[in-house]
Amino acid sequence: MRKVRAAAILAGLAVAVAACGNAPTTTPPTASESAPATGGAKTLQGVKLEVAAKWTGAEQKNFEQVLKAFSDKTGAQVTYASTGEDTGAYLGPRIQGNNPPDVAILPQPGLVQQYADQNALKPLNDAVIKEIDANYTPYWKELGSADGKVFGVLIKAAHKSLIWYRSQAFEDAGVQPPTNWDELIKASQTIADSGTPPLSLCGASGWTLTDLFENVYLSTAGPENYDKLSKHEIPWTDPTVTTALEKIQQLVGKQEFILDGTSGAMQTDFPACVTKVYGQDKAAMVIEADFVATEANQAGAKVGEEAKYVPFPKVGDTAPVILGGDVAVAMKDNPGAMALLQFLASAEGGAVWAKLPGYLSPNKNVSPDNYPDELTKQLGQTIISAGDTVRYDMSDLAPSAFGATDGKGEWKVLQDFVRNPNDIKGAQAALEAEAKKAWK
Amino acid sequence: MTERLDGPRVPSEEGTASTRADTPHVQRRLGPSPKVAILFILPAAVLLAVWVVYPIFYSIYRSLFDASGTGFVGLGNYTTIFSDQSTFYTIIHNLWWVVLAPIVVTVLGLIFAVLTERIKWATAFKLIVFMPMAVSLMAAGVIFRFVYEQDPDKGMANAVLTVIASPFASEGYPDARPWGNAKSPIQAQDGAIVTKQQVQAGTPALIPIVGIKQPDVPADAPVAKPAAGPGLTGTVWFDFTRGSGSNGAIDGSEKALPGMTVEAVQNGRVVATTTTADDGTFRFEEIQQGSYTLRLPKENFQASFSGVSWLGPAPVFAPELGLHIVTISIILAFVWVWAGFAMVLIAAGLSAIPRDALEAARIDGATEWQVFRRITVPLLSPVLLVVFVTMIINTLKVFDLVYIIAPASVQPQANVIALEMWRVAFGGGNNQGLGSALAIVLLILVIPFMIMNIRRFRREGT
Repeated sequence: MRKVRAAAILAGLAVAVAACGNAPTTTPPTASESAPATGGAKTLQGVKLEVAAKWTGAEQKNFEQVLKAFSDKTGAQVTYASTGEDTGAYLGPRIQGNNPPDVAILPQPGLVQQYADQNALKPLNDAVIKEIDANYTPYWKELGSADGKVFGVLIKAAHKSLIWYRSQAFEDAGVQPPTNWDELIKASQTIADSGTPPLSLCGASGWTLTDLFENVYLSTAGPENYDKLSKHEIPWTDPTVTTALEKIQQLVGKQEFILDGTSGAMQTDFPACVTKVYGQDKAAMVIEADFVATEANQAGAKVGEEAKYVPFPKVGDTAPVILGGDVAVAMKDNPGAMALLQFLASAEGGAVWAKLPGYLSPNKNVSPDNYPDELTKQLGQTIISAGDTVRYDMSDLAPSAFGATDGKGEWKVLQDFVRNPNDIKGAQAALEAEAKKAWK
Repeated sequence: MTERLDGPRVPSEEGTASTRADTPHVQRRLGPSPKVAILFILPAAVLLAVWVVYPIFYSIYRSLFDASGTGFVGLGNYTTIFSDQSTFYTIIHNLWWVVLAPIVVTVLGLIFAVLTERIKWATAFKLIVFMPMAVSLMAAGVIFRFVYEQDPDKGMANAVLTVIASPFASEGYPDARPWGNAKSPIQAQDGAIVTKQQVQAGTPALIPIVGIKQPDVPADAPVAKPAAGPGLTGTVWFDFTRGSGSNGAIDGSEKALPGMTVEAVQNGRVVATTTTADDGTFRFEEIQQGSYTLRLPKENFQASFSGVSWLGPAPVFAPELGLHIVTISIILAFVWVWAGFAMVLIAAGLSAIPRDALEAARIDGATEWQVFRRITVPLLSPVLLVVFVTMIINTLKVFDLVYIIAPASVQPQANVIALEMWRVAFGGGNNQGLGSALAIVLLILVIPFMIMNIRRFRREGT
C-alpha cells in the first residue's frame, strides 16, 4: 500500500512537471492563461470541446489530468461529461437531438459499428490514422473501423489474462506459480490435497467464464481462429473449440478443485469470489482481470505480497493476452476533436495517462516504465511482448444477446458446461445454436 | 398495464350488504348531464388511450416484426416462443407460480384473519404481518437474496436449519479422500474408503488420506506414527507434506487423524471394529489370523449439515415440468410480501359477516371447525375470490422478485414471462419484436382473470 501511494505521489509530481513545465501549482483545469507549453503554438486557442465517458471518481480525475495536459498543449478548453454506466442510454438521445459530444469514449468496440450504422460517427482524419498506424498493431485499427473507415481508437485497456493467487495458500501446499497449463493442473491437485480448494470460480457472473474460455481458446487455437470465431466465421462445433473445452474440463471437472463445489460456485458472483480467496482465505486462486486488485485491496490483502498473480499460462502455442477496454470516437467533425483523438492515440498522451494509477495502455509505444507500480509495469510488458497476438475480449465483440446477457447465450451455455463438464459435444451444439440465433 | 385495474378496490363490503346498493342506483340519473360527464371523462380517456390502448396495439403490431423492426415475420415470433425451449419454460414457470402462490397467499391470509379475530393484540399482529407490504418488491427481493444465501454465516434460512440440525451432526472429516492417482493403496467405495489389498496381521496397514480442509484437522492433532506390535494394526493419517505433497509414507511431520472408525471386513462381513488413537494408529485385538479388507465407513466422512441450496437449480421437484427449488424459494418471498395484504382484505370481509349466523350455528351445536367450514368460508367467498384473482394477476406479471433473488446462473431455471420479455427486448437481447410477442402472450394469459374480476364488479354493481 505504502509503495503504491508513494508511487502515486511521484506520478502526480511527474505529471505536474510534464504538464506545466514550471510552477507545479494545483490550479483546477479552468482556462490556460499561463503554463507555456514547451513546443509549438497553441493552435486551438479558444476552441471548446466536450468529451463524454463513463468514468467517475478517481478514474474521472485521472482522465481530466490527461485532458488538462491536452489543454496546456493546444489551448483548447475541454469539459468532461459523465455518461453513467449505460453509455448507450446517454448518447442515444443526444445523437437523436443532434447535440452529441465532440468526442465519446465507448466501452465496447461493438458500439462503433452500431453508431457508424446510424451515421453518428465521423471518420478520423489522416493525422489521427497516422498516429494509430505508428502506435497500434493492425488488429486494433480494424477493431475501431466499420465499413472500411477508421472511426475509433482503443485508448484504455483492461488486462484479462491473469490468474490471481494467495501466496500463503501456495506456500502451504509448497507449489510454485504455474507457467503452463499442465503445471496449473498439477499445482491445483497438490493444493487440493493440502486441504485448500484451489479455485474460486465466479460461476454466477457469466462473463468470468467467457474470459476463461477466451484465454484457453486464444492459446490453443491461435489468433487467426480466435478472429474467425469472434465473427462466427467458423462454427462453435469446430474441433478447436472442442480442444479448448477439454482443457477447461481438466480444471472444472473435479469437484475438489472448486470452492464450495459446482453448485456453490454457480451462486457466487464476481466480487464475492475474490473475497473468498483474499478476505476469507478459503481458496487459492481466482481467474480474472487486473481489476481484481481493487477487490483484493478492499478485502485487506496487499497486492504484491499476499495477493499475487501470474500471466495466464500457455495452454497451447500462444501466450494469451486478452484485453477489454474503451474506444474513443469523434462524433463531430472538427479540428479540436481530431486533435484530441490524435493526442489520446499518441505515445505522448499515453505516457501522461500511464503515470497515473489505474491505467493500462494498449499503445505499444507507451513504455511500461511510465507506470507507477510494479504490477502495472509487468502487465504493460506482457501487452508489448505479445505484440500482434493480443486480442480483444471475444464475448464483447459478439452481439450482446450472445455474449453479454444473464441467463442467455454463451454465458448460460458455459454455466451449464461447468455444471456438467463431461458433455463437451452438447455444450458445443448449444453454443452453435445460440450463436446462430444471435448472428442471423 | 394491468396494475391499476386489479387494485385493491375492496368492493366486497358493499357486496355482502348489497340491498343498500339500490338507493344510489336511482339517484345516479339525477346527476350531471351526459355532456358534462363526457367532458370530465375525456382527460382520463385520452390518457388511457395514449398510455394503455395505443401501446397494446403497437405491441401487437411490433410483435409481427423482427429484431430490427423492418422485416415482417408474421407469427414467427410466436412460433419462437413455443418452439424455443428456454422461452417456453418461462411460461411453464409462470404457470407454477399461478398454481402455487395465490392458493398459499389466500389460505394464509384467511388463517391470519380468522385467528386475529380472537386474540387480544390483533391490531399489533396485523400491523406486523402487513408491514412487508410497505416494502417495495425490489427491497423484498434484496432481503430474501440474503435470507437464502447458501453460507449459514450469512443466510438466515440456512443458519436456522443448521442450528436445528447441529445436535444431530457427527464430528467427521468431510472432503477426505484417497489421492487421485492409481498408486494409492486405498480407494473410495460408496462413500467409504477401503484398502485395495488384503491386509494381514504383522504387516501394519497404511491408510494415507488427503484433501481434508484446514479447519477440520484438529489443531492439536499429534504427528502420525507407524503402528507397531502384534495383531492387525495400521495408521490413518493426513498424508501431506508441504513441498513434497503425498507419497504414501509417514514422513514424521504429518498429522494423525484420531477418532476414525476402522472396520475389518472378511467376505463382505464386518468382523471387528476399532477406532484410531491420538497418533492415528489402530489395532484389532483378539482377531483371528487371516486376510482382511480394512474399511473406513462413510460415517467418518459425513459433512455436518450445511443447509439447503435454496437458490440452486437442484433439487428439482418435477423434472419434466421445470419446477426447481429456486422457484419455490421465490414464491415464499412473494407470500411473505402479500400475505398481509390478503389478511387485511379478508379481515375486512370477516367483520362484515352477520354475526347472528355464526351465533345461531354455535347455539345449534356446531363445532368451531363446522362454523368455519360451513358458514365463515362460504360467506367470505366473494372476498376470497377477489384476493385469489388479484394474486393470480400479480403472479402472472411477477418480475422484480425473480430478477433480484435468482442468481444469474440459475435465472434460466427461475425465469418468468415478464422477466424474459424485458431481457429479450432491453436487457441485452435487443429483440423488441420477440419482446412484444411475449408481452402479448402475457396479456392473453391475464385477460381471462381480468374479465372475471370485471364481471364480478358488474354483478355487485347491479
